[in-house]
Amino acid sequence: MLSYALRRILQMIPLLFVISLVIYGLTALQPGDPVDQMIFGNPHIRPEDVVRLREAYGADTPWFEKYWTWLTHAMRGDFGYSRDFSIPATQFIFQQRLPNTLLLTVPALILSTLIAIPLGIFSAVRQYSLPDYILTFLSFIASSAPVFWIGVMVLFLFAVWLPQATNGAISLPPGGLGSAGMDPSAGFAAFWGDRLKYMILPVMVLMLREISSTLRYMRASFLDVINQDFVRTARAKGLPNRSVIYKHALRNSLIPIVTILGLSIPGLFSGAVLTETVFSWPGIGRALLDSLVSKDFNVVMVCLMTLAFLTVIFQLITDLLYGLVDPRIRYN
Amino acid sequence: MTATTTAPAEQKSYSTFQLAMRKLRRHRAAMISLTFILLITLVALFAGVIAPHDPNAQDLANTYGPPSRNFPLGQDDLGRDLFSRIIYGSRISLAVGFSVAIMSALLGTFMGLLSGFFGGRTDTVISRFIEFMLCLPTLPLQLVISGLFVSSDKPFIVNLRNNMGPSASVFIIISVFVIFGWMTNARLVRGEVMRIRNLEYVDAARALGASNNRIMWRHLVPNILGIIIVSATFDVGGAILGEAALSFLGFGIQPPVSTWGNMLSNAQEVVLQYPWLPFYPGLAILFTVLAFNFLGDGLRDAFDPRARH
Repeated sequence: MLSYALRRILQMIPLLFVISLVIYGLTALQPGDPVDQMIFGNPHIRPEDVVRLREAYGADTPWFEKYWTWLTHAMRGDFGYSRDFSIPATQFIFQQRLPNTLLLTVPALILSTLIAIPLGIFSAVRQYSLPDYILTFLSFIASSAPVFWIGVMVLFLFAVWLPQATNGAISLPPGGLGSAGMDPSAGFAAFWGDRLKYMILPVMVLMLREISSTLRYMRASFLDVINQDFVRTARAKGLPNRSVIYKHALRNSLIPIVTILGLSIPGLFSGAVLTETVFSWPGIGRALLDSLVSKDFNVVMVCLMTLAFLTVIFQLITDLLYGLVDPRIRYN
Repeated sequence: MTATTTAPAEQKSYSTFQLAMRKLRRHRAAMISLTFILLITLVALFAGVIAPHDPNAQDLANTYGPPSRNFPLGQDDLGRDLFSRIIYGSRISLAVGFSVAIMSALLGTFMGLLSGFFGGRTDTVISRFIEFMLCLPTLPLQLVISGLFVSSDKPFIVNLRNNMGPSASVFIIISVFVIFGWMTNARLVRGEVMRIRNLEYVDAARALGASNNRIMWRHLVPNILGIIIVSATFDVGGAILGEAALSFLGFGIQPPVSTWGNMLSNAQEVVLQYPWLPFYPGLAILFTVLAFNFLGDGLRDAFDPRARH
């Protein structure tokens, strides 16, 4: 197990190198470079300044040379500065943006798992009943609708229509991180109460697809298990239904769910690009989009590498967890 | 022996496909979905006849007009008729969905066949490549690549844009989705091919002197066509959703080409005042994708050999 984990971690390193090369190549092909942007914003710039700047920034060197420069600096933990925010790109992403994204994705993941697993079991235990059909149908709808469209419609419902219909009794903010002027100095309860109001809608929207997919996998996995011999044996022994379901069937049906959850986490972060755009939430997804538009490439690279790293690391964690929950699997 | 001799001579045998179609016909949700898909395909084909207005006719005096008798779903930011634009948008959305699904299926089948049939080093190379592709963050990289094509100043891309006119972005989006979409199909096909390549009928074909090519395309592919069709059906819906997401972020199919997706760009700003504008294109996407998902579900049951009896 330990040597397997070590080998997998060692395999991650070349993989991340190749990923960084591909991502850098694609990013470097984007038109416009930092010097173009500086010229654009500055009417007093002289032609000789442009030459000097292009020299200083290495704007005319081929992209693979730039990649080498980027890579050697990145290895030392220096991912360059964000041009838009004038702070190191890593500081911008990891201190200012990633925490906000985690504030949405972590509660969304926990809540949706807690809701989807019991619903999936319920649906499987009552296979072909009316509630089962309704749940299956709803999960089909949730996975067929554009996430951002549901977000936009929920936004209208809770920020415009319900406040009007209830005379402001039910009202949620139409986006953003928190009320203007609200900061931790307002006191813990006031600050987090306010933040919570802004979190409700985006977390709800992120949960929707997560619930619908986990529910369907849970239902399928549970149906798979309750038709197996050891469950029939448990029933034949005369065990009460509760104990058959929760002791015998549940534990085994959760094994594949570990994989599904692990592999869904990178998708949750990718999906955050859409959710954060709908709700003007300043997270890593929004940062990626803004930096792509404004050609702040150091930030683009940090965002993309973070997402790639998350994908690789969660695949590894999933594989290792799989061995922990299922003792039949042996690594060698 | 007696069973075969006493069987009536006219008893027909059914091919896998005939059996699957018979089962599909009993799947009510799938049949309703199929009807719906045929219906919107007709709408897309005859958009010119059905649409009450020119989808690009602007009416700047009546921007953001609410739904009325003349404009059943209202007017957009340039006063264009939303209903007609949704009808015309079905063309691009369906074209993107079908093209992506078919091309991913072809590429995936090809790679999966190579990998599963030849095994060895071919398999190692292809499988590693698939694993690598699956490690890439899909949506962010799709943003990067389509942003690259939309605004790049590299001669090759500029040529492409100039030659293809406004539909260049459609071509680009389709390519971007195929690049990131074939891997799951390839994995499916690889697994199935490895399962059936050593079955007796394949050995028999080989003993009769069939070439590798013939075995692959005449003996293996027909047997895995079912799962390829099922996966392609889900891919149509997936591609329509993906196009909508990219277009919403402004990196998808560019105006003046209208798709259900780019009718939703800036939806979060528009919705606070003109909720019907993003509502209807999203509804069109929801119903269409739902139909493809139900059809895929029905096809999966129909092709599942374990559920034959």
